[in-house]
Amino acid sequence: MDDSTRFSASPQSAPAAQAAAGPVNVLIVGVGGQGVIMVSKVLATLCQRQGYEVKQSEVHGMAKRGGSVFSHVRFGDTVYSPTIPLGEADVLVALEWAEGLRWLSYLKPDSGIFIVDTQQIVPPFACRDRKHGAGSGYARETVADIIEQVANCYAVNAGQIAQELGNAKAGNTLLLGMMSTTLDFPADDWRDAIRMFAPPKAVDINMQAFDRGRDWVETHNPADFDPGRDLDMPPPIEQVEHEPEFELPTINRAWCKRCDICVKFCPERCLSLDEQQIAVLHAPEKCTLCRICERLCPDFAIDLKPRQQA
Amino acid sequence: MTAQITPQPLDHNSGNGESFNDANQSETLPLMGNEAIARGAWEAGVKVAAAYPGTPSTEIMESLGKFPADDVKAEWATNEKVGLDVAIGASFAGSRAMTSMKHVGLNVAADALMSQTYIGVNGGLVLVVCDDPGIHSSQNEQDTRIYGHLAMVPVLEPSDAQEALDFTKLAFDISERFDTPVIVRGTTRLSHTRSLVRVGERHENASLGFNENPQKNVMIPGHARLRHSALFEREQQLKQYLEDSDLIRWEHGSQSIGIVTMSTAYSYVKELMPQAHVLKLGASYPLPENRLREFCDAVDRVIVVEELEPIVENEMKLMGFEVEGKSLFPREGEFSPDVIREGLEKAGLLETSKPRPPASVQAMPRPPLLCAGCPHTGAYMALRALNARVSGDIGCYTLAAVEPLKAIDTTVSMGSSIANATGMALAGSETRPIVATIGDSTFLHAGIPPLINAVYNNVNITVVLLDNHITAMTGGQDHPGTGRNLRGEEVHKTDYEALIRSIGITWIKKIDAYNMGNVFQFLREATLYNGVSVVIMDRPCVLDPVKIKGEPFRVDAEACTGCQTCMNLGCPALSWSDELFEGHRKVKIDEPNCIGCSLCAQVSATNCIKPVAAFESNG
Repeated sequence: MDDSTRFSASPQSAPAAQAAAGPVNVLIVGVGGQGVIMVSKVLATLCQRQGYEVKQSEVHGMAKRGGSVFSHVRFGDTVYSPTIPLGEADVLVALEWAEGLRWLSYLKPDSGIFIVDTQQIVPPFACRDRKHGAGSGYARETVADIIEQVANCYAVNAGQIAQELGNAKAGNTLLLGMMSTTLDFPADDWRDAIRMFAPPKAVDINMQAFDRGRDWVETHNPADFDPGRDLDMPPPIEQVEHEPEFELPTINRAWCKRCDICVKFCPERCLSLDEQQIAVLHAPEKCTLCRICERLCPDFAIDLKPRQQA
Repeated sequence: MTAQITPQPLDHNSGNGESFNDANQSETLPLMGNEAIARGAWEAGVKVAAAYPGTPSTEIMESLGKFPADDVKAEWATNEKVGLDVAIGASFAGSRAMTSMKHVGLNVAADALMSQTYIGVNGGLVLVVCDDPGIHSSQNEQDTRIYGHLAMVPVLEPSDAQEALDFTKLAFDISERFDTPVIVRGTTRLSHTRSLVRVGERHENASLGFNENPQKNVMIPGHARLRHSALFEREQQLKQYLEDSDLIRWEHGSQSIGIVTMSTAYSYVKELMPQAHVLKLGASYPLPENRLREFCDAVDRVIVVEELEPIVENEMKLMGFEVEGKSLFPREGEFSPDVIREGLEKAGLLETSKPRPPASVQAMPRPPLLCAGCPHTGAYMALRALNARVSGDIGCYTLAAVEPLKAIDTTVSMGSSIANATGMALAGSETRPIVATIGDSTFLHAGIPPLINAVYNNVNITVVLLDNHITAMTGGQDHPGTGRNLRGEEVHKTDYEALIRSIGITWIKKIDAYNMGNVFQFLREATLYNGVSVVIMDRPCVLDPVKIKGEPFRVDAEACTGCQTCMNLGCPALSWSDELFEGHRKVKIDEPNCIGCSLCAQVSATNCIKPVAAFESNG
């Protein structure tokens, strides 16, 4: 790939029609701790060095605790608003699949570019259903579903490719490489900006990751993108049919010695001690038939009988 | 195949751009709003600055702490009132002084402010107060500008990082010139937006020395009555000043629509209504009536765009102007270009945007979580099992109020937990054990007086001091219990046990927060004790000051029965595998994310969770 022919050397030589547009809006999203702020700092620094006014806006505090994190980067001649309106993002860069989906409505419907790492970070929140055979609450959409809804979709398992290069953390730089093909700045200026933020030991790997990101866009035509072939994205955990195999626990009051072990260990907290300090199932509707009480009772006082097949 | 976007190139020769034309004459730096405020204070020659951390204001004091210690004594204070009182003291001594806080911090500091406004200043005194519209990380959404009215102190409202620097600098001058504390009011969006800022040099100010003037400095009734009158005169002078000040800027437009706006709302208005006349208020209190009249007379319709409360709108209505405001824009939530657009559409000033096709994806909730290995987790797991009535406090651990831990019943304000528990105990109706949980930094902030009170009034409660050795919620700031100050120097370390014993508490136990057996046992014993008992949970935060990463754990899938007990911890390193046992999802551990706290292994009833090494040695 010859950079000099594909990427104009300076913004001034860009097509006049595109230049007439207002600020360029890039929204960078992910999960707390993934490096959203680092990615946006690289971009903001680069744009500043190119002579643009830049505003980079984010939220700190509670959002950092494993929650959804976002950073707005806007650059152009004059930038007023620090945040991007709905449907106005030129580029949406997502470091995690479900986070990308969360912010899709910010992307320009006709021309927006969706750059997404297909890695999935499943929160405990998505694993809360206690029913038999429950599926996870993680996003059900696949790349194939989304590719039709956006103007441009670059979906890649960046962390996995970076892992192959030797450091999974360079996945963010791979995404920057993909982003670099969408914004009209010289590739070497991108590399300089990345060098400023990459750990000294990891500069080489980050440079490789950057090039891999650029190559990916070069060699993938979204029109014949085949998620089955191009992506190794695990399917979400689906709900499966599973009939309960047991009846609710029964407690032999004569054998219970009030040790409280079942009460303490019941994951659903549906057991308690009654006035005589004997274990009772006080919330049968919460019992998931996990059989922990039956297994732990030192006196075999708790029993879950196999359910009679109808 | 690529899609390319090219921004409009910057014309360096145009005469009206502010941002880069004088780039050769002064240095520009990319600064976050909070960093710009700190820089402005430093340039203004601030000598003493003290603050308690609080989102979104925290980085102000952190940034000031990076300037030379000879220039500015920047320090963490135990709470906002202490921080303001320290700054007031420095002002008395004749130096420029500053304090910064989040909006609710001003509630704590308000007592001092309400007297100090009568006293005025010697060295310039500035309070930077950062509101949190949208409640990103707070317990409420109050509007600091109301305090400006209440205390009759000027309120400056920067709209971007450049103004954050310029206005902070100016605030010191206004403070000294008009003998008043000055509030610089920010918002989350101002604090945490980074842009290029022209910076300048520091102006050293010689100390003015202590000004002996009891009638002004000692607020006894006889003096205070005189000083109260002085406030009205000061307000008039400030109004007169603003009549001629650049803080009030009329940006002429071509439509006969006038928009009065301030703070970050200004940036949204400029983007959406480039043709309108805009009166940008750099100060929202007091208001220069003549300037407003001039503006209102020149346009057919006046709209006030202000985030949160209708402060300027109401004031203008009292002055007799016909204005619209909160009939178009909400009184709650954070402003955004979309919110402003909706209001302007409602006003008929913008064409209704075409409805967007509904997004066909449903966003999965991803609420914030206690970190993998968070030392608070075990305490709440145990408190829930104890069926305790728990009054909580302000900190990361507030996250234990929701599923799956769901072990906190109340959260009010900094330090409320202990006195709330005291009140519940006095009410006499609670049958469950009453427990107050409070973090180390919050305890030092406002937890000690209510603990003394609980002993004094002899109530039956348990206090759990969640000592993670840092102010974690705001990103890891030091406090007196860490033994380090803002600049990282070693200082005396508060001895909690000695402190608590000196109050008169005899039942006190310090335990390792990762030892679930002890946590269960001693919390139960503490709640059985008749009187005030204290349990100190002792483990450092896994993020700060150093990121902790130990040997990860792994689930033995053969032995996992999918009981979900470990999932009750809410640990982000735990999720489901695709295997089932009797219809229940088995659990797997994300090893890079696991820090090896072992809590899941300890609560597992089937002993199926072990250190990774245990699997490898077994082959």
